[in-house]
Amino acid sequence: MFSQFDWGVISRSLPYLFREGMTFTVTLTALAMFGGIVFGTLLAMMRLGKFKFLSVVAAGYVNLMRSVPLVLVIFWFYFLVPYIGAWITDADRPVQVGAFLSSLITFTMFEAAYYSEIMRAGIQSVPRGQVWAGYAVGLTYGQTMAKIVLPQAFRNMLPILLTQTIILFQDTSLVYVLSITDFLGAASKIAQRDGRLVEMYTFVALVYFIICFAGSLLVKRLQQKIAIIR
Amino acid sequence: MNYHWNWKIFWDLSPTGDGTYLHTLFVGLLWTLATALAAWVIALVLGSILGVIRTTPSRWAVRLGNAYVEIFRNVPLLVQMFLWFFVLPEFLPERLGNAMKQMPPPWASYVPAVLCLGFFTAARVSEQVRAGIQSLPRGQRFAATAIGLTQPQVYRYILLPMGFRIILPPLTSEFMNVIKNSSVALTIGLVELTAAARAMQEFSFQVFEAFTAATLIYIVTNIIVVTGMRRLERHVAVPGFIGPVQTGGH
Repeated sequence: MFSQFDWGVISRSLPYLFREGMTFTVTLTALAMFGGIVFGTLLAMMRLGKFKFLSVVAAGYVNLMRSVPLVLVIFWFYFLVPYIGAWITDADRPVQVGAFLSSLITFTMFEAAYYSEIMRAGIQSVPRGQVWAGYAVGLTYGQTMAKIVLPQAFRNMLPILLTQTIILFQDTSLVYVLSITDFLGAASKIAQRDGRLVEMYTFVALVYFIICFAGSLLVKRLQQKIAIIR
Repeated sequence: MNYHWNWKIFWDLSPTGDGTYLHTLFVGLLWTLATALAAWVIALVLGSILGVIRTTPSRWAVRLGNAYVEIFRNVPLLVQMFLWFFVLPEFLPERLGNAMKQMPPPWASYVPAVLCLGFFTAARVSEQVRAGIQSLPRGQRFAATAIGLTQPQVYRYILLPMGFRIILPPLTSEFMNVIKNSSVALTIGLVELTAAARAMQEFSFQVFEAFTAATLIYIVTNIIVVTGMRRLERHVAVPGFIGPVQTGGH
C-alpha cells in the first residue's frame, strides 16, 4: 500500500522547507509574540485603568478580535494595511507593504487581544495592597506598574503566555490563505509541484507536532519550576 | 487615498447567477452554521467519552485519552484540515477513499471539514469535561459507590449532571470557536461565510463592504449563541449550588 508513495521528496526539499519556510514561521511567531505581548499589556492596562473611555475602547477591541475568525482578520488586514499606509504617508494610492509586514501586523493585532486577556488576569492576580503600598511610598502609576505589578504579573502568567505563543505558532500556518511561503506554504508548493501531497502534509503535521509537543512539555516543566509556593 | 464606498452593493446581482451578494453571504452563513453544528455534535459526543475515560481509574484508558488530546492539540487546524482532505482518502481502502474524493462539490469539502473540526474540537471538549468532573469533590464519587451504584451509574446520575453544568461557560466559548474555526474550511474549498465574503470581494471589488458585512454577521451570531447559552445555563442551574447569580433572595 505504501509503495506508491515517494518519501524521498521530503529529504530532497528539506533545505527549502526549513531555510525558507520555517524561518518565516519562526520569525513571524517571535516578532508577533513580542508585539502582541507589548500591545496586549497596554490593552490590559487600559482596560483596568481609571479612564472609563480607554477601558471601553480596549474592551471593545478585545471582544471584536475574539469574535471574528482569524482567517477573516488576515484578509481584513491584508486589504486594509495598504490603505492605512497611504493614509499615514499621505500617499494618493494604497501603499504596498509586502506579505511579511502585512502578516506581522495582522498577528500582532490579533494575538494582542488574547495576550491582553492573559495579562489582565496577571495584573489582577497581584494583590491590590501592593499598588496602594507603591503609591504610599510615592511611586507614580507608571513606576508602580513597571516596578511592582507587571514583573509579578509576567511571572505569574509566563506559562500561559508561552502556551498562547504555541497556539500563535500554529496559527501562523493560516497565512497560507495569502499564498505566503511559511513552513506549510513551502511544503504545499513542493507538494503541488511534485504531486506529493500525502508525503508532504504528513511530514508537516509531524514537524508541527514535535515542536508544539516539546514546547508544551517545556512549559509544563517551567510551570512547576517557577510556581510560587504560597 | 480614495476608496470608493458603495453600501448598495449588497443588492447587486452576483455574477455567479444565484442572486444578490447579500444572498451569497447568507448562503455562506448557512454553510458555516451547518458545518459548525455537525462538527459540534461529533465534538460533544466524542469529547465527552474521552473526557470521561480520562477520569476513570484505568491507567491505559487515561493514557489513550491523553494521547488523543496531545495529538489533536499540537497540530495546526489547517494542517489537520489538509490531512483529512488530501491524505486520509489515500490511506483508506480504495473504494472508500475514491468515494470520499468523488463526492459532488459541496460535500467533498463539507464532510472532511466536519470530521476535522469535530475531532479537533473533541480534544478541547474532553479537556473541559475532564476538568469539570475533577472539580467535583471526591466524596461524591465515594458516596455514589457506597450507596451501591455501578461505575456507569456513578457517571450517569452523579458526576456528569453536575460536571456538565459546571463547564457550560467554557463549552459556550468552545462552540464559538467551532463557528470561527469553520472558516479554515475555505482552504479545502468550502464556501462558508468568510469564503463567501472573499468571493464577493473578488467579484465586486468592494473589499471593505464585504468584510464588514461578514464581521457583523459573525458578531451577531456570537451574541445569539452567548445569549442562548446564558439562558440554558439559567434554565439548568441547580438552585443554591452553582451557575449564574440568581436574582432575588433564597
